[in-house]
Order: sequence, then C-alpha cells, then structure tokens
Amino acid sequence: MAFTAFSSQAAVEQAPRKRSFIALVLLLPGIAYLLLFFLAPLISLVITSFQAPDLYGDIGDYVTAFRWENYTDAIGEYWPLILRAFGFAVVATVLALVISYPIAYFIGVKARRWPLLQSLMLTLVIAPFFISFLLRTLAWKQIMSDEGPIVQFLKSVAILPSDGHLTGTTFSVIFGLTYNFIPFMTLPLYATLERLDVRYLEAGADLYASPWTTFRKVTIPLSMPGIVSGTLLTFIPAAGDYINASRDFLGSTSTAMVGNAIEANFLVLQNYPAAAALSIVLMAVILVIVGLYVRRAGTEDLI
Amino acid sequence: MAASTASFAESGADLELVGITKRFPGFTAIESLDLSIPAGSFFALLGPSGCGKTTTLRLVAGLEEPTAGQILIGGKDVTDTKPFQRPVNTVFQSYALFPHMTILENVAFGLRRRKLPDPVGKAHEALKLVELDHLASRRPAQLSGGQQQRVALARAIVNRPALLLLDEPLGALDLKLRRQMQLELKTIQTEVGLTFLHVTHDQEEAMTMADTVAVMNKGKIEQMGAPEQLYELPRTAFVANFLGQSNLFTGPVVSSTADAITVDVAGVPIVVPRTRAQRHAGEVAIGVRPEKLTLFTEAPAPAAGRNILGPGRVTDVSFSGVSTQYLIEVPGIGELVVFAQNMVFGPVATVGTEAWVSWNADHGFGLDDDPVDIPRSVLSPVGPGDSTESIAIQRRIALEEELEQA
Amino acid sequence: MSGVTPARGLDEAMFDAGPASGSPSRPGRRIRFRGLGLPIYTVLALLFLLIPIAYTFVFSFNDSGKLNIAWQGFTFDKWTSVCSVQGLCESFGNSIIVGLTATVLATALGTLIAIALVRYRFKARSAISLLLFLPMATPEVVLGAGLAAQFLTLGTEKGLLTIILAHTMFCISFVVVTVKARVASLDPALEEAGRDLYGSPSQVFWRITFPLLLPGIAAAALLSFALSFDDFIITNFNSGSVDTFPKFIYIAAARGIPAQVNVIASAVFLLALVLVVVAQVSRAARAKRLAKLLP
Repeated sequence: MAFTAFSSQAAVEQAPRKRSFIALVLLLPGIAYLLLFFLAPLISLVITSFQAPDLYGDIGDYVTAFRWENYTDAIGEYWPLILRAFGFAVVATVLALVISYPIAYFIGVKARRWPLLQSLMLTLVIAPFFISFLLRTLAWKQIMSDEGPIVQFLKSVAILPSDGHLTGTTFSVIFGLTYNFIPFMTLPLYATLERLDVRYLEAGADLYASPWTTFRKVTIPLSMPGIVSGTLLTFIPAAGDYINASRDFLGSTSTAMVGNAIEANFLVLQNYPAAAALSIVLMAVILVIVGLYVRRAGTEDLI
Repeated sequence: MAASTASFAESGADLELVGITKRFPGFTAIESLDLSIPAGSFFALLGPSGCGKTTTLRLVAGLEEPTAGQILIGGKDVTDTKPFQRPVNTVFQSYALFPHMTILENVAFGLRRRKLPDPVGKAHEALKLVELDHLASRRPAQLSGGQQQRVALARAIVNRPALLLLDEPLGALDLKLRRQMQLELKTIQTEVGLTFLHVTHDQEEAMTMADTVAVMNKGKIEQMGAPEQLYELPRTAFVANFLGQSNLFTGPVVSSTADAITVDVAGVPIVVPRTRAQRHAGEVAIGVRPEKLTLFTEAPAPAAGRNILGPGRVTDVSFSGVSTQYLIEVPGIGELVVFAQNMVFGPVATVGTEAWVSWNADHGFGLDDDPVDIPRSVLSPVGPGDSTESIAIQRRIALEEELEQA
Repeated sequence: MSGVTPARGLDEAMFDAGPASGSPSRPGRRIRFRGLGLPIYTVLALLFLLIPIAYTFVFSFNDSGKLNIAWQGFTFDKWTSVCSVQGLCESFGNSIIVGLTATVLATALGTLIAIALVRYRFKARSAISLLLFLPMATPEVVLGAGLAAQFLTLGTEKGLLTIILAHTMFCISFVVVTVKARVASLDPALEEAGRDLYGSPSQVFWRITFPLLLPGIAAAALLSFALSFDDFIITNFNSGSVDTFPKFIYIAAARGIPAQVNVIASAVFLLALVLVVVAQVSRAARAKRLAKLLP
C-alpha cells in the first residue's frame, strides 16, 4: 500500500512543479520584503532586548550580550503599566463590542431593504478614519476639559466633585480607547451580519425560540467570525496604544500603559534594551492571548 | 456566416484520445481512455458527477495536462499544446462570459486574439445566429440565463473551431428553456456542421441531442453507441440503470440453444436471445426494461417466446399521467418495476392485488458483468442477507479492493 | 372580494373573509414602539462617532491665536492661511509622498501574494499565512520599535525612506486580505475561457484577470493609503527629524494645536467623504438601472 501510494504521488507531482515556479515568482518579492522588514526587525528586537550598556560609551550605546536581567528589570519596574495596558484593552474591547453590535446589526440586517441608506450609514461608521486619529483624541480632550460643557454639567448636578476632572483619568483613557476602536469593531461585525441569512432567524422563531433565545443561540454563533476579528482588531492595537494614555492627550502619569513605557525608553531615555524587552513581553502576551482565543473561538483561517 | 478565411475550420475535425490517463493527487480521474469521435458528429459523454467526463473535456480543451496518452484533433497531435493554440472552443458550464465587456466584445474576443479580419462583423453574424444581435451592446449581467447561454455559444462558434466542447451548458436553465435550447443547439450543429462534444449528466438530454452517446463511469467508458442502441441493449448493469431503469436478475444458465439461453431465476426459467446476451454460460445477470413488462391480475397462459414471473403482490402504485408505475413484490425474486401505459382511466391494479408480469423474450438482455460485481442494491432479487449491515460490509470490501488496485 | 356567491364553498368563503373584511386588530395600524429602539440607538451612536469630527470642523473657523481651545469668534482666515504655520504644509506633503509610495509598493507586492495564495498550492503555505497574519497581530508600538532597533543596528539614517519602508511593511498584509477575497470570488472559468479563446497568458492577465481584480486592488490601495496617512506610532519610531502630518500634530499637542491643523484635517475629511458618497450613490443608481433592464 505504502509503496503504491508513493509511486502514484511521484507521477502526479510532475505537472504542478511548473506551476509552483509561478507561485514562487509571485510570492518572492512580497515575502522577501516581509522577512526583511518584519521578521528581521523582530529578531533585532530580541537581540537588542539582551544588550548590555557599553561601559566605555555614551548613554545610548549598547553592546551585544545576554543580559536577561533586562527582562526582570523591565517587568519589575513596569508591571503596573503592563497590567494596566491589558486591563484597559479588555475593558475597551468589551465596551466597543457592546456598543458596536447593535449598530452593525441594524446596518447589516435591518437596513438591508435600503442599500443606499445602508452604505451611507456604513460611511458614517468609518468617517472617523477620514480624520486624524490624534485630532479625534485631542477633540475629546477639549470637549472633556475642565472648562468644557461636560465637566461643567457634571459638576452642576454634583456627579463630579467640584475639584474633579475627566481628562487624565482612567475613565477618559478607556473612553478614548473605546471611541477610537469602535469602527474597527463595527466593520467586521457588519461584514458577517450582512451575510446572515434571516431565514435562520425565522426558523428559530418557528421552532419556539423567543427573540432573545434566537439571538443567543442563532445570531451570536453565526456572527462569531465577525466577533473574533472585531475583538482582535480592537484588543491588539488598544493594548499597545500610547496615544490615549499619553499626558498630552487623554491620560496622565497615573494612567500610563506599557506603550508609553516603550516609547519613553526608546525615544527619550535611549534605553533601547528596556524598550525592546517590554516590546517582546507585550508581543508574547498578545500572541498567547490571541492564540488561545482563536483556538477557542475556532476561527482558523484568519488570512 | 462567412467561413471563407483559411484559418477557419471548414468543417469539424475528428477527435481521437489514445490511452489517456489523468491522475490528481490522491485519485485517478481517468484510466487509459481510448475514444474516437468522427468529424461532424454530435457526441455526448454521459455519466454521473465525478465519473471523469468533465476532466476528459478539460483535457481536450488543454485546460489540464494528461498524465499519459495522446490527444489528436484532425489527426494532429495536440497533447503538448496550450489551450490558446488548439482549434477547440468551449461553452463553459457557468458560461464564463467576461463581466467587464459588452456582449459584442465577448463574442469578438477570440477573433481579436487571432487577429482575424472584421471581428465586429463576424461577431454580429454569430449573434444573429443565436438571435441576440439586438443586445450586442449590453453587459452579461444584464442578460437572462438563457440569453447568456446563447452568447456563450455564439462566442465559441464564431471562431469556427474544429471541435466545440459543451460542458453541461444547459445545467443552469429551467426545464422548459432547456428543452428549447436542446433543439436550438441541435439545429445550429446541423447548420454549421462542426463536431460537438457534449458533456452532461442528464441522460434525456444526451439521448435527444447526440448521434452517439458514451456512458462513462469511474474514468472509463462503459458503453458507446447510438442512443436507442444503448437503451435497448445495455451491456452493463451500470448502463442499464443509469440510462433509464431496469429490472435485473441473476442466475445460472441452465440450457442454451443456437438462438437463446435459458437462465434459472429463483426456479423460473427465463429465456434471453443469444445475440442479446453478452455471456452464455455460468452465473449471469440479465434484465428487462420496465415498459416492456405487461401486468396481469390473473395468471397468464404460458406461451412460447414469453417469460412469465409471478404471482406477486402489488406494493406500490404511482400514477404519473401518461403511465403508471407499479412495484410488484415477487417472492424469491424481489421487487419488479412495471411501467404501464394508461390505456384505461387510471391504474388497473391496487396495492395488495395479486399480480403476474410477462414479457416478450426478445426484449430481454444479458449483461457483461460478473453477477458478483453488481451492487446488490441494483439487483431485483432481495435475498435473505440484504440487510443494511451486509450492504455496508460489501461496500467496504469493494472499496478496499479498489484501494488495493490503486 | 365583496360578496360571497352561494356557488362557492363555505370553506373558501371563510378563508377569504378574514383578511378581506379588515378586522380591527390588523397589524401595522398601531404605532409600534418596540421596533424603534434599534434605529434610534444607531442614529445616536453614529452622532456620537461624529462629535469629535464636528468639533474639529467647527474649530477650523475659530478666530483663535496660537492656542485653539476656547471659541473666539468665526473666521475664514485659517482656511486661507494654511501654510502660514511653520512646517505644517511640509509635514502634510511628506504624508502624501509617504502614503502614495507605500501604497504603490504594498499594493503591488500584496496583490501578487494574494493571487499566489488563492491560485496555487505550495508547501510553505501555512508558514506564509502566518508571516502575513503576524504583522496584523503585532501592536504598532512593537512593529515600530523593532524596525527602529534594526535601523539602529544597521546605522541607517532615519528619514522619509525609513518611513516609507515601515509603512509598506504593515500595509502588505491588509492588501493581501482585501485582494485575496476578490481573487477567491473570481470564477477560474473566466480565465480558462480567455485561454480557450486564443488569449496568450499575458493577454489573459491584462485583459481579463487584472480588470476583474481592479475593484479589489483599488479598495486595497485606498485602505493602504488611509492606514499610511493616519499612522503615527510606527512613524514616530522611524522618522528621525522628518515630520508627517500626524507627527506634526503630536508634537504640537504639547504646546497647543493651531487651527490650521483643523483646516487640513477637515479638508481631507470632506474630500474623502465626498468621494465615498459619490461612489456609493453612483453604484446604487447603477444597480437600480440594472434591475430595470433584467426581465
């Protein structure tokens, strides 16, 4: 059996060889580019993360070494920022999902009869993309500033104490993350809900399921691919973000996330090994979470 | 249509396949196939899905390369040429009309590629032939399914290929439109005189349109011939059941004369003409078409040249307008199918009635298959071991053998 | 429907009577409040999404000094004096250069990969899929720091070129995803028909494959440009002294944003919005025309 299987295999592969040559030609430039400018930098990052300060050099000069203490030092110093980054990202992702799902459901399912309305509403969802991410965040900072109408109103109804602020708080950072990533959540949700066959919902209703049960047992499972890609598209950038939590935007020193630490160490303190070690930790944790999540949610073919 | 240009085939060319084998990773689609289609004929390749008929077509078109064997068109070996170098055109199953071009540009596409003079004029001619010239400036998406099919046909025949390949071109159309297109296709073929190779799984379509039908199964041609010949004298159990329905029996040959053989079917002698039987000794499988059977509610008198089975009981009656189908359970033999013309008003027998069947011995046929190779499900005698389990076991044995051979 | 003739059976009459007699409990007569919750929520949510955009737009007309925080009065001056802010227009120009170059590069490279992934079988498939997925699963700060570490090790001078290299890298994967969907939905029989109708391989590609993939390629290019134009994090790590538009905003944020930034952002926003809406309206009109033509 084994031998015959092998021999027929050999005969078959004669033809596709020519075609895999074409595939190679098509793939080579792009893949080479990614190896050079994605994979190689990751390796540089790993090497940098183990570097030791150059004893005879200036600040910012490092030599190749195996200084694994870079990791323990970085984690020891920045663990609250790492935890905060993932905590904020989880909360923002959940909020974005809860806010986006009804929007996506309405546009993708209820508005199907009016294609033009559907596409115009979709345009409004992605409209924030057309204006700079930084400006959007700054606009919220102004709106939520101490002199702004929201703070004035909240103080007048005594929800906020008279010396309270909105900007520079945990609230404003999570608010900013949620706001900025709602389009990333809504679009993939819309893409799956738009293809949802409403006859499944009718079948659910026909089989004695209440609207809520139909939603839980039929709609949610069928929109799982959209939920998975939406949460990933929100969670990953949110966990690495440092704009919202930055002092100049919606955050303060007490809301700093790991991204802020990476930026400060790399671009200000020139402590490249610490920045690299933190990046590797961030990426490793994200990959583990994404891997577990994708396996659990069962969507394998992401690309 | 003007067919004056030299590079246009003046008439169809013949097609010859010699020892064609096609293997895909993991399975063999076609095993040493030999086939010869004479010029100017309408040839149908008929078979169930996965039998290798579409692969055969794609090999002829040059869209696949054979693992072994030769393809000759008009006596010229084209095995190693690319599709765009072959004098062959295809009407695709999905029509494959280019959505970004007008109907006219679709039809002119092949002519332009070959830099033939006056592509627009010739395209209009071809569109006139399929009566769609008034839609020449539309896009494919603006046409109905039947119109798209006709455009696909025009786009292929405008090139005057030596051989026109049709890959289930009517599959997407509804029944009425399909009948109409069948007639149109046949007319066009006669008019332009090209060789048509038509692949289909619809036996009725193959029989109404083609001069010659080849029934294909598991990468091999089971039987080839004129439609009526295939129907009246199927050589294998597969053909007997794929082309219409058949009542099949097995049993040993008990006596044999110069004209006929007699088979013992569960104790009843059944006579089959020698010329209509493929095997003349030992265990054989024989059969008869359901419409050749006559149904009796009283025992018919034995007569020379007639086979009689019965008594049995009618187990099912289904009325379909022109005819009625009866199922009759005969003890020791199994279930028989009878098609009876509705000569009176409605069925003549009801469920539970005692019934006999008889047929003219000249209408029976003897199969080439070894009775053991015939799947039990197609045989009439429902033996004692015919439980689902035993069928499953048999299937598995057959499958293992097949794997062993591969 | 009005009268039931005696010739008709009683059953028929009963069946007809129901809907025809217009019973008072017909649905749709009463105003249903239950179904309105979702549309109202959606409208409010969309308005919420637009708040910062409206704010930016309104404050582009603010007659402010250096700081554009409190409302000082309406003026068109900022729209006519965009480039008077030092470095602003230069940074905007840099963003356009980077966006266009990275888009062309990423679209070309990504399209080829997408075609290969859908149309060919090869051994390293899963490794390549992973290599394409990872850039999307990596936070920008890591991508930026990684490239910066590499440029540091190699001693590369950071500037426009390094920004373009970085942007091309993170755009490729998004191009692959977008174009791949289009390639997968392309019926292979169309290309086979092209070959069958005497098209040589290059003719088939340029006359059939490419025009049919064009909408997908265009969408990928637009996405790439948008991603590149708005990127700040990766740029921040790899730009050296060169400013792009987002980086200009980031630096200005510490000391106050001039209203001219709002002008540029609003102009870009309006341009993009008009383009998208025009495209959608014309597509809807085309769909309507098509629907009329079909029997």
